[in-house]
Amino acid sequence: MSNGIWIEACEVDDIEVEDVIRFDHEDRTFAIYRTEKGDFFASDGYCTHEKFHLSNGLVMGNLIECPKHNGRFDIPTGQAKRAPVCVDLKTYPVKIEDDKVFIQI
Amino acid sequence: MAIVVQKRDYSITGPESKRAQEKGLATAEWYTSPIPRAKMKELMKRRNGPAIRDTIIWFGGLAVLGYLAFLSWGTWWAIPAFLAYGILYATPGDSRWHECGHGTAFKTPWMNEVIYQIASFMVLRSATPWRWSHARHHTDTIIVGRDPEIITERPPVWRILMMQIFHLYGGPVEIKRFILHTFGKLESQEKEYIPESQHNKTFWEARVYLLIILAIIGACVYAGSILPAMFIFLPSFYGGIIVITFGVTQHLGLYEDVLDHRLNSRTIYMNRLCRFLYWNMNYHVEHHMFPMVPYHALAKLHAEMKDDCPAARPGLWAALKEVVTALRKQKHDPAYVVVKPLPSTARPYMYGIEHDLNIKVEA
Repeated sequence: MSNGIWIEACEVDDIEVEDVIRFDHEDRTFAIYRTEKGDFFASDGYCTHEKFHLSNGLVMGNLIECPKHNGRFDIPTGQAKRAPVCVDLKTYPVKIEDDKVFIQI
Repeated sequence: MAIVVQKRDYSITGPESKRAQEKGLATAEWYTSPIPRAKMKELMKRRNGPAIRDTIIWFGGLAVLGYLAFLSWGTWWAIPAFLAYGILYATPGDSRWHECGHGTAFKTPWMNEVIYQIASFMVLRSATPWRWSHARHHTDTIIVGRDPEIITERPPVWRILMMQIFHLYGGPVEIKRFILHTFGKLESQEKEYIPESQHNKTFWEARVYLLIILAIIGACVYAGSILPAMFIFLPSFYGGIIVITFGVTQHLGLYEDVLDHRLNSRTIYMNRLCRFLYWNMNYHVEHHMFPMVPYHALAKLHAEMKDDCPAARPGLWAALKEVVTALRKQKHDPAYVVVKPLPSTARPYMYGIEHDLNIKVEA
């Protein structure tokens, strides 16, 4: 978890329920998720197995599946859930203010 | 006049691996056809229904054919009966291994895992090593020195292809690996793509496989007949003809070292029976471009992206003819590849990084 600065990532309506989008900030890429219950989460944007954008992946419940090798992570914790991913994903705190999504990096 | 062909090193521990990395061909970004996100989400949706239905049909079919084969044992009818049983054992074994390995066949993860483990044994592929081998195949599809699943090099080795009709090349290789894994060792190439955290799992799986094989041998000795092995283990060999027939059509005769699956993979129209056996892997360009789309949605994915792809081969026979013709040409000209024209609606081919194949035919 991070104790850094809060940055605005997107509008709440930019992400559909059970979906993920890509957010680039400076030289870093993040993935912002909205799960089926409508909760927002954020993580690093690339799969820890090989460098593929998780924003092209599939959100299933609380899981995100990588588009290239079907590896899965638990969205809230970033925990690796299915091979070929073995290394957990770094996650970031998220807050909603004025219909905007902020992540702490 | 003798023809000297300068061969490339297809091993993934050789110099070609370094070369591919230097050229930017390893772990590279691949071309994808433009499909709206909403459509992709719909296509990627997982379902249990189709895979449960197909699994019941598969095992039900094996039970029926197995019973008929049992009744025919000792007569000439045993030849066609066991051939049919073996084909139904090995062909869906291969495609179920593949699709469940991706974790897309069933919606429920444990169902994918159970069928993956069963099918892995049926086709004699160590479950964990092949999971990683296949991940590499998708990362670096037909990149020489990186992809461990290239069926044959250029120029083609016909002996291997012929032996694979009865799994006589890959089968013994796998059994040697089981034995190696049983003693806690890996081949050097396996160390390239299997992470250390998975080594123990690999070793224990191999021990289980060997125990099953030993139990089957024991049953044969006890029965004084090879009949038990005819139902489990031997079908991986005598039922392999369709596995290799489908397998050679996936990539052979097409480009190596490109970053566009339209150039190195082949989509073929097949009848319903073949599509059932193969679990729609005839849509191979589509599968490689979007591995998250489950087998039951591949026909819809094909309809969605066909305007961006070369024409599919009209049938299995046409595809085989194309493959065999290309392989025969590659015997003397390893640089020969089949390139299909794109429709006017398609984006141009992405050839990937500029590369030098370094293959030539010297007279």
